Amino acid sequence: MAVDARAAALGLRAGMAVAHAQALVPNLAIEEADLAGDASALQRLAAWCLRHYTPLAAPSPPDGVWMDVTGCTHLFGGEEDLLTGLAARLAGAGIASRAAVADTPGAAHALARHAAAPITIDPPGARASLASLPPAALRLPDEALAALRTLGFDTIGQLMAAPRAPLAKRLGSAVLHRLDQALGSAPEPIEPAAPADMPRTRQGFPEPVATPEDLARITALLAERLCEKLQQRGLGASRLDLVFQRVDGVAQAIRVGTAQPTRDAAHLTRLLGVQIETVDPGFGIDSVCLSAPLTSALGARQDVSELCVPSRAPDLSGLIDMLMNRLGPDRIFRMQPVQSDVPERCLRAIRPLAGAEGAGWPDRLPRPTRLFTPPCRVDAVALLPDHAPVRFTWRKRPYRVRRADGPERVFGEWWRDDAETWAVRDYFRVEDEAGQRFWLFRRGDGEHEQTGDLQWFLHGMFG
Amino acid sequence: MSSPATLDALKSRIRLLERPSARGKGTVAFGIDQIDGHLPELGLPRAALHEISGGGPDAVHGAAASLFAAGILARLQSGLARPVLDRPVLSRPVLWCTTRQDVFAPGLACAGLHPDRVIHAVADDDTAVLLVMEEALRHPGLSAVLGEVARLPMTASRRLVLAAEKTGVMALALRRRPEGRPEEAGHNAAYSRWCVTPMPSSPLPVPGIGRARWQVELTRCRGAAPKTWMMEACDAQGRLALPAELANRPAASRRVA
Repeated sequence: MAVDARAAALGLRAGMAVAHAQALVPNLAIEEADLAGDASALQRLAAWCLRHYTPLAAPSPPDGVWMDVTGCTHLFGGEEDLLTGLAARLAGAGIASRAAVADTPGAAHALARHAAAPITIDPPGARASLASLPPAALRLPDEALAALRTLGFDTIGQLMAAPRAPLAKRLGSAVLHRLDQALGSAPEPIEPAAPADMPRTRQGFPEPVATPEDLARITALLAERLCEKLQQRGLGASRLDLVFQRVDGVAQAIRVGTAQPTRDAAHLTRLLGVQIETVDPGFGIDSVCLSAPLTSALGARQDVSELCVPSRAPDLSGLIDMLMNRLGPDRIFRMQPVQSDVPERCLRAIRPLAGAEGAGWPDRLPRPTRLFTPPCRVDAVALLPDHAPVRFTWRKRPYRVRRADGPERVFGEWWRDDAETWAVRDYFRVEDEAGQRFWLFRRGDGEHEQTGDLQWFLHGMFG
Repeated sequence: MSSPATLDALKSRIRLLERPSARGKGTVAFGIDQIDGHLPELGLPRAALHEISGGGPDAVHGAAASLFAAGILARLQSGLARPVLDRPVLSRPVLWCTTRQDVFAPGLACAGLHPDRVIHAVADDDTAVLLVMEEALRHPGLSAVLGEVARLPMTASRRLVLAAEKTGVMALALRRRPEGRPEEAGHNAAYSRWCVTPMPSSPLPVPGIGRARWQVELTRCRGAAPKTWMMEACDAQGRLALPAELANRPAASRRVA
């Protein structure tokens, strides 16, 4: 029997007999376990992870999902952000979750289920966190666990310290195999779970291949085949996963994304080709699989004729894809004006290919070409309440102001934060003796104490 | 022998012998006769690499140099670029690639470079910036590619030149000296090299601050001698101007409200 949080509050526990539970709580709602439904839901969850997080995701029945996040974590801001984000998204869908990142699937499996914290990050190479867990964390059969209990093993650490040969004799090789898997000395490949309707194409080799040229050639071939499949279904791919299965059972994946759905085989080959060098072929690769986890409808388009002058601007999506996959998706952007008087809030990054709106900033306000985030603290000498500074010191260097303009007063945005209700910044444009132009501001209007503490900051430099 | 006509004929013959691909893709003029007349192509050729650096105290932040570059890019996109074969220059975006994310788009808009036309890219280091620049220069859908780098080695600049010549996309390298390090002298394959230094502006009759003034120095250019001009900074269309007292004309454009 399994219980939810409310049932647990009534004193019920998982594993109780149903009759016992009914005796404790009258009118108890009992649902028959739907094992097939659970399995298919888990499959769907794994497919969702595959689409959104990593090309190597697989269900781990009865209650888990594996994800090989090697090389994917930077896209989500690191391992911790990936897990907290994932947990928050799952919680939003009403799924309680525990998660762990570790060196091996076995260790991650153990930490996710048996560590104290709901989210665990195991530092690379660490065995200490695994050593303190009970042997049950190793996915062992019940009889092996009972034998271990009889022998007095309470933690995995004791098991690691024990001599191997007598242990294998007593308990069978399964225990040691699980231990090796958790410690990484035995391989445990993750077989990705692709939904049946996902466009994919696979190529196996009679002899393992290892040279980069062969991999590039096979990538081109697979891209062509996949694009044919996409063409038949009227789809365009906006994400591609290329999974290399190595001879020793390790899967390595490349994931590329495109800004707009496409089925241009040459372009996709180029995108994948840039990353092929990150694949370590080891002793050889015996199969390659290319799939498109994210697709959307893409109709047929007529080729541009050479006879007429092209009316549209050339398509930039190829270049943007290339740069996005090289630098990271949030490092190519365009700036869009936002209606705010606070300089650091008057713009936001949008996708580079988003439609042009033609909106700009007010022309009459001079703005610096370089903006310092955060503003640099400076010591300035100025008359209160509204005179520009006559001199200021920035990074231990004194600057004498020859000409100045201002103040331009910027008020805090009370609708964002109560603390900003009275906040005021007075901006001054000043020119020093050498002709350099600075953008300085003072916190506070110089008259009312609640508007700011009268500290001076350098916020930018004009051209 | 050395009559102007003979000299001009010789110069045009030399120009024909020089890289043919750099020509014929149009130029960006400054709109100021003193500068344009000094440059052999009467402007900055589009299919070439140009280097811009900040001078004096501005070498680290390159605030004036980036506004100078923004002015060139804005003029490249507006009608001031000379069209080839009477075809209008399509308003294509520019790529602005940096390692530090301190370029402020409203400041660029002050020189006429509209935010819709600028794609920003942030790379990890100089090497990545140069790679991104080269990749982008090979794409004819852009009008120009600007990269902010501390160093511009000969080989990398050569690659940029070849890419720019092939597609006709203008390449600008904005040199920014890393803080606390001396200026690195070195050769590269840029067609022209500019150094922009802020200068004290002329005083206004009232309290306030007028148009910024720059010393614009052409330190190297193929087919032209180095020269220095005193200029007033870019206006809202990205145009420089001669200071009124130097241009020997009444200060009519300097209106004070």
